[in-house]
Amino acid sequence: MEIPYTVDERPDTGVYNAKLGVWLFLASEVMLFGGLFSAYVFLRLGADVGAFHEWGQELNIPLATLNTMILISSSMTMVMSWVSLKMNDFKKYKLYMALTLLCALCFLVIKYLEYSAKIHHHIYPSTNTFYAIYFTLTGLHGLHIIGGMIVLFYLWGPGSNMWNSKPEQFTNRIEIVGLYWHFVDLVWIFLFPILYLL
Amino acid sequence: MNAHSHHEESFFRKYIWSTDHKIIGLQYGITALFFLMVGFFLMMVMRWQLAYPETPIPFVGSFFGEDGILLPEIYNSLGAMHGTIMIFLGVVPLAVGAFGNYLVPLQIGAPDMAFPKLNAASYWSYFVGGVIMMSSFFSEEGAARSGWTSYPPLADIEVGQTIWLIGMVFLITSSLLGSMNIITTIVQLRAPGLTWSRLPFFVWTQLVTSFLLVLAFPPLEAAAVLQLMDRVAGTSFFLPSGLVISGEALAVSGGGSPLLWQHLFWFLAHPEVYVLILPAMGIVSEVIVNNTRKPLWGYNSLVYSVIFLGFMSFVVWAHHMFLTGMGTAMSSFFQITTMIISIPSVIILSALFITLWGASIRFNTPMLFALAFLPMFGIGGLTGLPLGIAASDIYLHDTYYVIGHFHYVVAPGTIFALFAGIYFWYPKITGRKMNERLGQLHFWPSLLFMNGIFMPMFIQGLAGVSRRLWDGGLEYAHAAGVLQWNEFMSVSAWLLGVSQIPFIINVFYSLKGGEKVDNNPWESTTLEWVAPSPPLPHVNFETLPEVHREAYEYSVPGRKRDFTPQTEPKKG
Amino acid sequence: MSSGNDVDIQNHIKIYMMVFASLAVLTIVTVAASYLELSSGESIFLALVIASVKGSLVACFFMHLISEKAFITWILMLTAGFFFILMFVPLATYIDQAQIG
Repeated sequence: MEIPYTVDERPDTGVYNAKLGVWLFLASEVMLFGGLFSAYVFLRLGADVGAFHEWGQELNIPLATLNTMILISSSMTMVMSWVSLKMNDFKKYKLYMALTLLCALCFLVIKYLEYSAKIHHHIYPSTNTFYAIYFTLTGLHGLHIIGGMIVLFYLWGPGSNMWNSKPEQFTNRIEIVGLYWHFVDLVWIFLFPILYLL
Repeated sequence: MNAHSHHEESFFRKYIWSTDHKIIGLQYGITALFFLMVGFFLMMVMRWQLAYPETPIPFVGSFFGEDGILLPEIYNSLGAMHGTIMIFLGVVPLAVGAFGNYLVPLQIGAPDMAFPKLNAASYWSYFVGGVIMMSSFFSEEGAARSGWTSYPPLADIEVGQTIWLIGMVFLITSSLLGSMNIITTIVQLRAPGLTWSRLPFFVWTQLVTSFLLVLAFPPLEAAAVLQLMDRVAGTSFFLPSGLVISGEALAVSGGGSPLLWQHLFWFLAHPEVYVLILPAMGIVSEVIVNNTRKPLWGYNSLVYSVIFLGFMSFVVWAHHMFLTGMGTAMSSFFQITTMIISIPSVIILSALFITLWGASIRFNTPMLFALAFLPMFGIGGLTGLPLGIAASDIYLHDTYYVIGHFHYVVAPGTIFALFAGIYFWYPKITGRKMNERLGQLHFWPSLLFMNGIFMPMFIQGLAGVSRRLWDGGLEYAHAAGVLQWNEFMSVSAWLLGVSQIPFIINVFYSLKGGEKVDNNPWESTTLEWVAPSPPLPHVNFETLPEVHREAYEYSVPGRKRDFTPQTEPKKG
Repeated sequence: MSSGNDVDIQNHIKIYMMVFASLAVLTIVTVAASYLELSSGESIFLALVIASVKGSLVACFFMHLISEKAFITWILMLTAGFFFILMFVPLATYIDQAQIG
């Protein structure tokens, strides 16, 4: 007996299993980052008036804006890679997925530049509560990017063989991982103004 | 997967990295029972110190201090780890990981959970987390010693906490994976005809519990990361400015907030206590319904209550923080939500009591435990009321009254329900019943000694004896009048330990020597009893069941049998 | 969207392009807005509003929420509710601190 609704949608709920699973996972991630955002609010209130704003001036806004654009682009290429599979265009899928990975890599490189610049100026998580939450929030976000990249790489590379045997299930996998990827982009959409601009 | 189920699996695939929810459920169950014993043992050691302060502990004393006398720091470690182990390594894995995993697919007529590999991963994550937690005892720093609640600044600077935090990350991951699996399974894999209103109440409780886990645990994971950063990266998330330790100013940036930890911690930990009780209520309902031969009274009320309870559990957490200097507005807010949340609990308990009315009760062992749950949980719940009211909580907070309250709910509450479940479903899992005689020998003394341990705690708490005191209050004049209860409670605790021996013997003995049964020895209506005992590896049922009826068609007038399985088609 | 036909998919691609363009523009707007002379509260509000619009675009279109089953949306609304509780209630307790002395 197979487990039902791994590929086909269950009629009354309208979803296949993995889709519900990933949305539940994303809900938990909302609460995870929520805990950290709540920490940010609390710490900002607890600091002297204007302290967080002042400490935040050290951050590199142009670089972060570029990173924001890069991540938004990666979201676009991610959804296009899924659309390509829907249109049965495996070559296009490979292209868009590769672009997504490239964008992610650029994001990480820029992050690395940012971090090393801070450390070079002796700014660490222990420096003050703003940098504590800055490094933690962006660090955790970065870990999510890395984790996503690993999965994306697998699905671009060895895992893409599934397209030949089970194309529908493979397309669903790309949809699922795409949802994760968009979420990571979404978190950054909030992180960017909160940390860099406020 | 059809061809594969007939392959010969290696020992490793069959029993170690199994993706069969039944094996995984058993893995959870065995591991959890082991950890419950460990947690119990820690408590027995603590209670020696409380009964006979600064006397050498028999047999095991050398592990706990010089001359066998329990050191205060070790006492604190035992306390912190007792709570941690019982909650995160014992009760939740048993109630959700074991019972949930084993029974949910069966009760909904599914061949397995929605994500079998994820299921295996969630067990092993729990296992690794448990090993990490236990390893803290053997580390140079020793185990955590700032309470299971790990409040900073103390937890930020005290020993053993780093390993605790890392262990928690694994345990939380396990819970998250498990709860996503359970929710998806219940929503997606219900057998044809199993509509929401036909779902056994046990499944409803597992569904709500999993929602609590999936949404409430992540903030604690966030907090654990922050506390790890404080300990390892020198941050000051929870360290306020101007902190001085042993006369020296702490060399950190300061500016952090101890209250931040408390908010993030209790945001999880309050729903967590409902995670501890809801599966128990589910189990008790199933056992009671079956042994009264009557439908569950108020099924709709029960379902709405449990959903409402789940939702409310997210907005009461700061009743654990009444003494942190919140103003009257917020204190009132949390007091009101806490009072409101008692309503669904009362509805659930009442429905179960009313189900008993006019019933032909079968007093077998599982039923005894289920029946005892009702008043025991009742005491636990009622004693919670003065704690939920801010004014009285000011006096009772952090006293033995609190320990009495929550233990009544979890120990003769949840644990009794879990025992009921083990006795009840053992025949399904093994194909044999447990021994009734041994069951009675387990139940009656357990009931007695549970009350012996926890009832006097209310007396001590009302007298003002604080919790987490190594000397049990010896130093305080206000405790003098109630200290004699310490020995009484300790003796009760040790005798409670002895009372578990018939159970342990029973579990092992009945594997080979228990009365053999067919698929439905208790004559129950729900789907797990349609499957063979034990259910078929990987697929559970010979053919996937089809559901035609509600969950509890017992003693319906005009029918030959006093029960009608959910799979029986309706005529005409 | 189990098997889309070509026209359907072309429409979707158009939408994705428009969303992408909007996101890019709004990013510039976010940065530009930070240079306005606003009070702390106003700038926080503005930043969050713009971020919410961007987030909604990603969620509704890239993540297909706008055409997703209601059931999934309910779970997310529940989550959003708890997220806001986690955000604002501790804040409220901070503000409503007891005045001592």
